[in-house]
Amino acid sequence: MNIPVREVRATQKLSFVDGDIHPAFRQISDLYPFLPARWREHMQTYGEHWRQGLSGQLSYPRMMASGMRADAFPEDGPPGSDLKLMQTQHLDANDVEIGNLVALSRGGMEERNLDFAAALSKAVNDWQIETWVKPEPRLRAGIVVPQEDAAFAAAEIERRASDPRFVQVIFAPRTSDPLGHRRYWPIYEAAERHNLPIGLHSGAFSGGYASTSSGWPTYYMQEHYGFFTTMQTVMTSLIFEGVFDRFPKLKIVLIEGGFTWAPALGWRMDKHWERMRSEIPLKRKPSEYMRDNFWYTTQPIEEPFKPEHLGEVIGWLGWDRLIFSSDYPHWDFDHPRYIFKFHVTPEQRAMVLRENAKAVYGYK
Amino acid sequence: MKLPPGAIDCDIHPGQPGMDELVPFLPDYWRDQFENRHIDRMAFNMTSYPPNSPLSGRPDWRTADGKPGGGLDLIRKNLLDPFKLRFAICNMLHGAIALYNEDMSAAICSAVNDWTAKNLLDPEPRLRASILLPMHNPATAVAEIERLAHDRRFVQVLLPVMGDALLGKRIYWPVYKAAERHGLPVCVHAGSTYRWAPTPSGWPAHRVEDYVVQSAAFENQVVSFLAEGVFHEHPKLKLVLAEAGFTWLPNLLWRTAKEWRGVRAEVPWIDRNPAEIVEDHVRLTLQPVDTPNEDPAILTRLLDHLGSDRFLLFSTDYPHWQFDGEDALPEGWPMASVSNLLINNTLDTYPRLREASDSRDNAGHDPKNEEQVL
Repeated sequence: MNIPVREVRATQKLSFVDGDIHPAFRQISDLYPFLPARWREHMQTYGEHWRQGLSGQLSYPRMMASGMRADAFPEDGPPGSDLKLMQTQHLDANDVEIGNLVALSRGGMEERNLDFAAALSKAVNDWQIETWVKPEPRLRAGIVVPQEDAAFAAAEIERRASDPRFVQVIFAPRTSDPLGHRRYWPIYEAAERHNLPIGLHSGAFSGGYASTSSGWPTYYMQEHYGFFTTMQTVMTSLIFEGVFDRFPKLKIVLIEGGFTWAPALGWRMDKHWERMRSEIPLKRKPSEYMRDNFWYTTQPIEEPFKPEHLGEVIGWLGWDRLIFSSDYPHWDFDHPRYIFKFHVTPEQRAMVLRENAKAVYGYK
Repeated sequence: MKLPPGAIDCDIHPGQPGMDELVPFLPDYWRDQFENRHIDRMAFNMTSYPPNSPLSGRPDWRTADGKPGGGLDLIRKNLLDPFKLRFAICNMLHGAIALYNEDMSAAICSAVNDWTAKNLLDPEPRLRASILLPMHNPATAVAEIERLAHDRRFVQVLLPVMGDALLGKRIYWPVYKAAERHGLPVCVHAGSTYRWAPTPSGWPAHRVEDYVVQSAAFENQVVSFLAEGVFHEHPKLKLVLAEAGFTWLPNLLWRTAKEWRGVRAEVPWIDRNPAEIVEDHVRLTLQPVDTPNEDPAILTRLLDHLGSDRFLLFSTDYPHWQFDGEDALPEGWPMASVSNLLINNTLDTYPRLREASDSRDNAGHDPKNEEQVL
């Protein structure tokens, strides 16, 4: 890259925490060493069983290279499957201090057969450690759990919580019931007890419900927009169902779900809850839970037509709420040097690039 | 802030007529059916608006027996006279739209529309109304538009924001073709027929959750209109989002503008920045104003984020409890934008209000005087 010398000096101190890196399997057999024989055979015979019409592929095909950066393909396998390339292309080149792995596929989050889902969850969690975190200690794993089996999910959190290489609990926000429902509370109880944030990453798969309240969209553009409206309903459910009255220290990190929608949603929740508060006796105003219990990763960052408007929205949201994320190796990758197009103070930049993530995840 | 005289209210809800009042407007077949099946004893309240819920009726805007809205006398006493309105648009979102029997639904919708003309529009020249559409079958919806379009006191068509399918879909285009041809904006109003769960994770437990997450429903509908190319195909069509809130709109403009750069190959009919398309075609009614009352500066900043003062159409959302007293104009509204909010944007959106406004003899109002007031 042709970068002026002055800029190169500046980037030498740009080390940051990346809140969203996606590891991938070279091929599905990568998972087999971590699966019991019974479930290996199941995978080979029946495959995964999802709530959609297409088997083993996305119902809304992505815009380029299955949603991957064209330059991120290793010689063998899909982007994100080769640690060496991830190191040279991202971790080293961009000076990543710590990178949070978000293993999106094959962790059982979308699997209908809950016994299979449990086996997949354990396998993906072992695979993250053996394949990624052991050889590359800058990476940290997430405990991927199949949320529809909350008892197993809580047990899996128990099993992994003492291993500091796991830094959060990961599952899909398009659950089979609203996230605030009590059937998921064992997960929140375990996460809160172990001080593990719950990272909810916008997902391509459904827990059975359409991605909009008027049914299924036609185009990927709409499906992608649904990432952000989904996160809004995740937030309203967790708050209005009283999850934070029961688990006040629970931390929710919304990953790849945008954030400029949040202040407006907070005001809207407050206004209408105030009118109808006799229906839900929350201890605090809805926006106060939003302010204290939610964080947001930055990518794909909103780009207001006047860049300074982004600063105003972050001011409403709180600068301590944002965690930088690149989404490597996906095609809509954000670079830490270019996310803000308006004046930010060194303190604000440090918060978003490092300090907030360190506080949420307890990084020293 | 108090309202200057002469404003146009784009979203009011007169009390829903009982089935006994609608039966006389039904054909013989349906009269028999309703009596035999006791359908004429059913209330047809929408789940979205439980009559006793605080939101459904401001305490001082209820009838003596507690029903929200009331008839013409109350509408005049509570709304038209004290706020000195020039026009108010009646949105009669009747529970019939949630029926699955599309013939029965269409019969009741027609009866509601005819009842509205006779009981609200005939006696009160300040009132206008929306054509309530049964949307199960676009052909039936088009027929209802054709039946009533000659009556120019019907100024738009009315649908709920959550229905059978996303509204941009091509199966609905005949409805938009008819609306466009007759100069009728399409008003998409808060409320659901609950064909689908209100969230992508299923059914919330509480009423207030259902209400709050409707803003996401409006967002997805706007994106559906954009992505399917409705406005490219119907260049004169106006979409009015009623009782949608609007504080979410800056985020939608920013997000769709950014997304479009990545996905334009998929939706080539979006041939310019989607934010511009929204600015040209989409309007939102004022209430509810979802910003904190105690910090009016936030509203001012949000309006700046919108980048245009052409988006919003004044409304009270009568009798829904969105504000108290006479403060129909929220604190923080820039004075320079007040006349656009109260009158100009609305006249630019509704050809039928424009023509009524241009005729001097409307209810004795002189538009020139009103513009001076503003």
